[in-house]
Amino acid sequence: MSATSQGAGPRPLTITLDGRPFAGTEGQTIAGMLLAARRRSWRTTSVESAPRGVFCGIGVCFDCLVTVNGSRDVRACLRRAADGDVVETQHDPLPGVTS
Amino acid sequence: MSRRTVVVVGAGPAGLSAARAAARAGADVTLLDASDQVGGQFWRHRALPGGGTAPDEPTFHHGWGTFTALRDVVATHPRVTLLTSAQVWALERLDAGVRLRVLVGPADGAGREHLTLTPDALVLATGAHDRTLPFPGWQLPGVTTAGAAQALAKAERVAVGDRVVVAGAGPFLLPVASSLLRTGARVLSVHEAATPASMARGWGARPAGLLGAAHKAGELGGYVGTLARHRVAYRLGEAVVAARGDGRVEEVTVARVDARWSPVPGTERTVAADAVCVSHGFTPRLELAVAAACAISPDRFVVVDDEQRTSAAGVWAAGELTGIGGAEAALAEGWVAGHHAASGAPDDAGLARAARRRARSADFARRLDAAHGIRGGWTSWLRDDTLVCRCEEVDAGTLRAAACATGSADLRSVRLTSRAGLGPCQARICGRTVAELVGATEPAPGGDTGSAPAVPDRRPLVVPVRLGDLATLPDVPAADAP
Ligand SMILES: Cc1cc2nc3c(=O)[nH]c(=O)nc-3n(C[C@H](O)[C@H](O)[C@H](O)COP(=O)(O)OP(=O)(O)OC[C@H]3O[C@@H](n4cnc5c(N)ncnc54)[C@H](O)[C@@H]3O)c2cc1C
Ligand code: FES
Repeated sequence: MSATSQGAGPRPLTITLDGRPFAGTEGQTIAGMLLAARRRSWRTTSVESAPRGVFCGIGVCFDCLVTVNGSRDVRACLRRAADGDVVETQHDPLPGVTS
Repeated sequence: MSRRTVVVVGAGPAGLSAARAAARAGADVTLLDASDQVGGQFWRHRALPGGGTAPDEPTFHHGWGTFTALRDVVATHPRVTLLTSAQVWALERLDAGVRLRVLVGPADGAGREHLTLTPDALVLATGAHDRTLPFPGWQLPGVTTAGAAQALAKAERVAVGDRVVVAGAGPFLLPVASSLLRTGARVLSVHEAATPASMARGWGARPAGLLGAAHKAGELGGYVGTLARHRVAYRLGEAVVAARGDGRVEEVTVARVDARWSPVPGTERTVAADAVCVSHGFTPRLELAVAAACAISPDRFVVVDDEQRTSAAGVWAAGELTGIGGAEAALAEGWVAGHHAASGAPDDAGLARAARRRARSADFARRLDAAHGIRGGWTSWLRDDTLVCRCEEVDAGTLRAAACATGSADLRSVRLTSRAGLGPCQARICGRTVAELVGATEPAPGGDTGSAPAVPDRRPLVVPVRLGDLATLPDVPAADAP
């Protein structure tokens, strides 16, 4: 990783996915950290129990949902990782959302 | 007398430009974006502590200097309030104007702060997202939109895979391939569905016609040079027609397509890849415009007049929402929209310059569509078991059966019977595809405001909202000022 123009590099941080640690730097999204570690999927679908990860990358498709610190249905491609975030994979009949 | 208030939704090229123009014309401006940084899709960049800029940032962008100038204006102008991490999740129409409901805080976080705005004028600059046509296996991890690859490269320097195939339609595939190379991925090939003949129709007969197109020339020429240096083949008239793998993509099938994008039998070949990035164009984020009852064109863009004014009173629109013309067009349209939303003087010299730039960009949008617009033959690469709706996992066979069973091309009953488009993405990914596959004719939204036609873009909530957040929603009387 390169340094900033001010010389201070982004701080390293660690999150866990289902207990496994993943390393990255401040400013990365949860999806970015997982992909950088070659992890490709972290959700299983309701009907076919098929694996999913990032598809649209910008918060439109909802394929990348994870549970973050106990809070469900967080889009991993949008949420910036915070040091120590406890992330869990999701498998759910339908996300707990209203519409 | 209090100053005119203008709210701009979206801080991409269009919204940034609109906010600056509106402030310059004397209005009090609030600029909102759901992201925690400004720049939109085009100027998505690394988020560094203290707002620092990565030294390699300018090499990932065109017009980085234009961006930093705009960013500095909206951050420091005394009449601009910039709100990032601010998701507009609902828009209600009032007797005069609109009311916006906003949640401010981390993406999808619980307990975000509520904000309600009732501005004198609204500028919508919500942009677009990739449109990706389904193909067998497109639901496998490792298959992403081209935009996803671009976003991860620009914002995090992360490559979506090690051996990557890029495919779809449009000049956007070129910067995506280039960004992937920069982040260390091996790009195996780029497959453009447009045939050489339709490329020539859109861009001119010379093979380099694409590069001759007005202001895009230098930018696209640079990408083509990068691909050549890395010996990446740019193949016209080809499409990815299938992906296969155990739990993630391991290989893709590429085939030649004819002028209607039907695969040519016997031309299939298989390529081993761990990622495939596919986009067939862009589709605008219409939900706020539809909620505001703005007229939408048959090709699903917000209809605007010369002043970027929509059919809804007090609502202007700019950028990809009104047509796919690229960042230059978005900047020019934003300027015009912001100026008029702020009731700026009609004889302003800056306005005239922006209007001229907008006219030049209109040509790019026309060429883009002529060369790369989606052709109907693509449906012949679908199989009955190809997923169309990714959320509810509805395949093409089920969808066709539902269309037959309901005996009509009524989109709403097809969706209710098959469940296509009823999942968490609310048909953003599959809506237009489903409508086209069942041959549904949709009434243009916005014309009739009393009823709720079954158009894929009509969504009561712009994004899913937590029940807890709805419970804490303050009841705001219509007269509240922003
Ligand atoms: C993922 C992606 C990557 C792209 N990369 C490139 C590229 O590298 N080069 C290129 O030429 N073109 C690129 N494009 C095309 C791009 O759309 C245009 O070039 C340009 O960014 C359009 O500008 P805009 O201002 O119209 O919209 P955008 O830049 O898309 O900006 C819209 C903004 O609105 C915000 N927004 C939307 N809805 C809401 C809401 N309800 N509440 C709050 N905020 C909201 C979004 O967060 C976004 O920041 C990309 C498109 C996508 C989808
Ligand atoms: S990848 Fe589509 S919402 Fe995150």
